[in-house]
Amino acid sequence: MGQNIWINYMVGAAAFLFGIGFTMLLLHRNLLKKIVGFNIMDTAVYLLLATQGYVSGRKAPIIVDGVTSMDAYINPVPGGLVLTGIVVSVSLSAILLALTVRLYQKYHTLDMDEIARQCKKEGD
Amino acid sequence: MEFYKNFPFFTIVLAMAASMISGVLKGKYAKIITITVSGIIVVLSGYVFMETRAANESFIYLLGHSSAPWGNELRVGVLEAFTAFSFSIIFFISLLGGLDWNGQKGSGKKQNYMYIMFDLVLASMLVLIYTNDMFTAYVFIEINTIAACGLVASRQKGGALVATTKYLIMSLLGSGLFLIGLSLLYTITGQLLMPYLKQTLMEEFFSGAYIQIIPIIIGLFTIGLTMKSGLFPFYSWIPDLYSSASPSGSAMLSGLVSKAYIFLLIKLIYQVIGVEIWFASRITTILFIFGLIAMIFGSVMALIQKDIKRMVAYSSVAQIGYIYMGIGLATEFGIYAALFHVFSHGVSKALLFIAADGLSRSSDGSRQFDHLKGSGYRNIAAGIGFSIGSLSMIGIPLFAGFISKLNFAEASLQTPSKTVVTLIVLAISTLLNAVYFLRAVIVIYTPVSNDMTRTIGWRGEVKFKVAIAAFVALNFILGIASRPIMDIIAEGVSILGTSPIV
Repeated sequence: MGQNIWINYMVGAAAFLFGIGFTMLLLHRNLLKKIVGFNIMDTAVYLLLATQGYVSGRKAPIIVDGVTSMDAYINPVPGGLVLTGIVVSVSLSAILLALTVRLYQKYHTLDMDEIARQCKKEGD
Repeated sequence: MEFYKNFPFFTIVLAMAASMISGVLKGKYAKIITITVSGIIVVLSGYVFMETRAANESFIYLLGHSSAPWGNELRVGVLEAFTAFSFSIIFFISLLGGLDWNGQKGSGKKQNYMYIMFDLVLASMLVLIYTNDMFTAYVFIEINTIAACGLVASRQKGGALVATTKYLIMSLLGSGLFLIGLSLLYTITGQLLMPYLKQTLMEEFFSGAYIQIIPIIIGLFTIGLTMKSGLFPFYSWIPDLYSSASPSGSAMLSGLVSKAYIFLLIKLIYQVIGVEIWFASRITTILFIFGLIAMIFGSVMALIQKDIKRMVAYSSVAQIGYIYMGIGLATEFGIYAALFHVFSHGVSKALLFIAADGLSRSSDGSRQFDHLKGSGYRNIAAGIGFSIGSLSMIGIPLFAGFISKLNFAEASLQTPSKTVVTLIVLAISTLLNAVYFLRAVIVIYTPVSNDMTRTIGWRGEVKFKVAIAAFVALNFILGIASRPIMDIIAEGVSILGTSPIV
């Protein structure tokens, strides 16, 4: 246990960033900071995928000079996954931001606890 | 290849096309398109179910031309086809029951937006049921979340917006955990298709490689999906969301959307993790304990609510607890019982939400129990529907809920260490269910003298009455013909475990 931590330091960094983002999204009261946390959390996953998909010394998977050996290229799938993931997280951020705008217009605050309190007081 | 094997793909594409077309149509036509398409999907899924049941085997449907292990696939077996069939029936009837009231308040001319979301919910649920590819599952989890949020947020009231934000934040936490679990799984196996993942994972597990990380991955998947379906510590969004959605919306969210994640978890248990590793892992005990807490907590909270829809929503918290308790028993029969409860709860909870909305409509739109007195006389169909849904939830024989509870009790006998506590909690929860549901039924049948509110007699609201009648019939079917349905579930699960590697 633990002896591989220096080889896989990027995995450690990804886990650390994921923890920061997750905690921010869960515990922060400010809606905008929650959205920042969400983006940090998803970016950490992309860091994990990108570093695990890369093998040092190999090239991007585009055939040049007729070399078709598997050992010459890196795996292209993680790149595809990261791209799809980015699209998903962009659209979710957009929805969350739109909701934040509507809530701010109605309650004039970004504090989620305060919004919930006011909403309960209205009782609708 | 027989032609019916295309149908699962057709149902998904039909639902998606309907959502695109609804975006540019007027509300009235979007409504017609959505109800027609969901009717067609019921028929197609029913046909696929009949055929797979007769053949008693699963088949793989290739999407695109790259074959496994690189391509994307749908996998259709008896259980998947049955789930798609019953979910689309519940979807169709819920849509029908609230058809005339879904877009009434606030949304004005933009009624068609709501139908985009209905179609997308149906499409993403079908994908979650059929898909054989992990990353597709992740993408459609997010689409399902977006559609569910849109369904509630299009009500445009303050309460609906706050409920949507709460739900979205909890959902993002859940799907974030699912995504990092998926990424870790990909880095240790290099596979995304479920049968290949299972094969590689089994080899690695038994050779002792990655022995520390496999339990972490199982935990990430399980916690992510329980967050999205609202098990006890993550329940806080359920009452707000279900009580501020439209009538069809709350029926679908409680009856189907949260169940789609549970179905995905059961699929993962059998097709990715492997049922032996799952039963051996300690996470079943955690699910069992939180399931028991949810059963009591949800019922107690339901008892103190003054709003009929919030009461039914808190009862959902308890029922989600029942399902996870069944999964947590760590026996095959526990999972059968949980699957049966997915269907029986879907049918009775959708009935309760549709009927509760009918009752509040005949009481000037109020949902407080004080104003609902005598509403069972004013809206007869809704009163009957609510009473039958309540009886089913309590677990009176002849109704679906009774068979569910019988199954859970029977399943608990197979794990002696968990038997006593399961039976005690089941008894307490049933007692609490009886108290708060019967109280509600008594309130709606309390006669009031000065009847100022709108009365809905035997004429009018035909679609609503048809929906109530259909749900009542489904409740009786599940309650009386439970043996064949349990057989279908058992057959389906036994095929689920043995995925062919082509």
